[in-house]
Amino acid sequence: MKKDIILGGVGGQGILTIAALIATAALKKGLYIKQSEVHGMSQRGGDVQANLRISSKPVMSDLIPEGKADMIIAVEPLESLRYLNMLDKNNGWLITSSNPFNNIPDYPDIEEVYNEIRKIPRHVLIDANEIAKQAGSVKAANIVVLGASAPFIGIEYNYLEDAIKDIFSRKGEDIVEMNLKALKAGYDFARENK
Amino acid sequence: MNKILVLGDEAIAQGAMDAGLSGVYAYPGTPSTEITEYIQKSKEAKEKGVVSTWATNEKTALEGALGMSYAGKKAMACMKHVGLNVAADAFMNAAITGTNGGLMVVSADDPSMHSSQNEQDSRFYGKFAMIPVLEPSNQQEAYDMAYYGIQLSEKMGIPVLLRVTTRLAHSRSVIERKPQLPQNKLSLPSNPKQFILLPVFAKKNYSGLLGKQAAFETEAEKSGFNKYFEGKDKSLGIITCGLAYNYLMENCQDKEPEHPVLKITQYPAPSEMINKIYEETDELLVLEEGYPFLEEQIRGLLNKGKKVKGRLDGTIPRSGELTPNIVAKALGMSVNKGYEIPSVLRGRPPVLCAGCPHIDSFEALNDAMAPYGRGRVFSDIGCYTLAALKPLEAINTCVDMGASISMAVGAADAGLVPSVAVIGDSTFTHSGMTGLLDAVNKKSPVTVFILDNSTVGMTGGQHSAALGHIEGIVKGIGVEEEHIRIVKPLRRLHDENLKVYKEEIEYKGVSVIIARRECVQTLNRRMKLKFANKKKTQNVVNN
Repeated sequence: MKKDIILGGVGGQGILTIAALIATAALKKGLYIKQSEVHGMSQRGGDVQANLRISSKPVMSDLIPEGKADMIIAVEPLESLRYLNMLDKNNGWLITSSNPFNNIPDYPDIEEVYNEIRKIPRHVLIDANEIAKQAGSVKAANIVVLGASAPFIGIEYNYLEDAIKDIFSRKGEDIVEMNLKALKAGYDFARENK
Repeated sequence: MNKILVLGDEAIAQGAMDAGLSGVYAYPGTPSTEITEYIQKSKEAKEKGVVSTWATNEKTALEGALGMSYAGKKAMACMKHVGLNVAADAFMNAAITGTNGGLMVVSADDPSMHSSQNEQDSRFYGKFAMIPVLEPSNQQEAYDMAYYGIQLSEKMGIPVLLRVTTRLAHSRSVIERKPQLPQNKLSLPSNPKQFILLPVFAKKNYSGLLGKQAAFETEAEKSGFNKYFEGKDKSLGIITCGLAYNYLMENCQDKEPEHPVLKITQYPAPSEMINKIYEETDELLVLEEGYPFLEEQIRGLLNKGKKVKGRLDGTIPRSGELTPNIVAKALGMSVNKGYEIPSVLRGRPPVLCAGCPHIDSFEALNDAMAPYGRGRVFSDIGCYTLAALKPLEAINTCVDMGASISMAVGAADAGLVPSVAVIGDSTFTHSGMTGLLDAVNKKSPVTVFILDNSTVGMTGGQHSAALGHIEGIVKGIGVEEEHIRIVKPLRRLHDENLKVYKEEIEYKGVSVIIARRECVQTLNRRMKLKFANKKKTQNVVNN
């Protein structure tokens, strides 16, 4: 088993939380991981990405080779396009939120962005903000996107639930429940719409 | 708990702690910051009394670490690669004094300049100082080498340099810990003259250092970190340095490489091992993250020996970090291609946060400088450097920590009057104070803006050494009191602040404007914590 995952978004949108949750789930399943992150200058409202590699064998490179990523998980649609050169054309999945984060003067027409996403044969485009709101808080939009990725990660769903319980438990029972709901809603959406 | 999931930086921190560290000395700088932060947050370190407060700059950090070593305890100094330039005086001379307690210097290099002004390779510093250098290839080695490095320092009586690069510093994996070693007891150096670098003693120490070189190399041959892998196909030999080994193995697809491979992670370069691979293969490929450090040594100035491929002959790009694909191409392998990146994609450069005090400071500064024309604003290293970009485009220089003030003084000397300097609070105490003293002594017609957001912002909000000291320092350096002005950078105070800016820029002597408002990131964090604590207290009361 080997999954190479690129995570993309804008600084502050919670992609490292997604990475931490998948990594925690992978470790519970006894897999090897490497997770390369962006810290520092690029975090200030700029594009951020992480490379997450999980495998049943030891992982060598911290970076995913170009054209070999099994998944791109993005919490912002424009950002989902930034790493398309990394995605495996034969099997790769693109999972992204449809909610634009517009902090640049030349943000393109959102329909053009969606068109590019829809050109990828294996994609999930999800209104994560709306689904997160229904689950309890728009803050859980990143967890909705994680849920939408869950069918393709190659780790059983219950490991992801356990990871949420682990990571959010110090924030209280309500937060855990809300995030579990967000995860499930994203998961259900992806299974119906893939 | 023997296995932990950590960043490369955190692995270094844990390795040093487990080796019996008594103090970490550091100034924040990407990608090195997380080493010290890990120790600051560690319960274990707190229980053991490990010193971990931030230093004012990298030089004071390294000197602090050397002082702890003098007193017999194990110490570590951490910095980013350009921080080692600041600490270079202490670094070079610590190699001459040698150590008492173990001393490890960590320098985190940033090839591809993700968050830096250059991509200098710290291995040159190690060679320059003639001390052992360790360059881990993965998180486990980062841990093992921090653990070993401090012990190697004690064994050899010399500081050891550990070099890490961005990819490893900021990549997570699982490591296995070793048994915890005790801290040292306080003890003075057995030779009371060891740390006195008067020529008479320094000459003796220096010949001692030269005498140890052979032992350093033997250690690099025997320690087990440098590894030779036999290979059947001797048409090519591959030498990897540090992280490059992973990219080679990534391309071998779970098979043993066909060619002989020499994996180097410890220096001085093991010449016996290098000779072996040179002799038994037709040509060499050198893969290293950073400068062609080893490649150049093997190839030599005249390049008359066997063919050596790498960054110098164009097999590998001359600059930037390695990737699996760059290495695949160097091996003559085909590489995968993903999807085309659509033209609808737009860049999203880093920006100042919404509500950032620097925005208000620069808007007023732009207005104040408009009558004088462009090219007069000397800036420095920090979040405020982002004011170089649109929409503010307010600054004209960013060179090194503290350069804003000294460069403004030099430009004013040349006749560029008024010249202004813009520097952050933490950068000011890091390296700006001496430049301000130059300005005062010369009565230079410069205005210095100290953008005081009361934290080290760019690296994530660490404690600023300047906190609570700026007015006192500025006054003490000799800036006239009536020309030390304090403003609060807020949109609604724009006109009021602009008036102050204009007055001081017109003044033909040294003036300092302190623009003080807390960083919005640290403010938000503080408020959240306050709110959470309040809620906790209320719950206790209600219960």
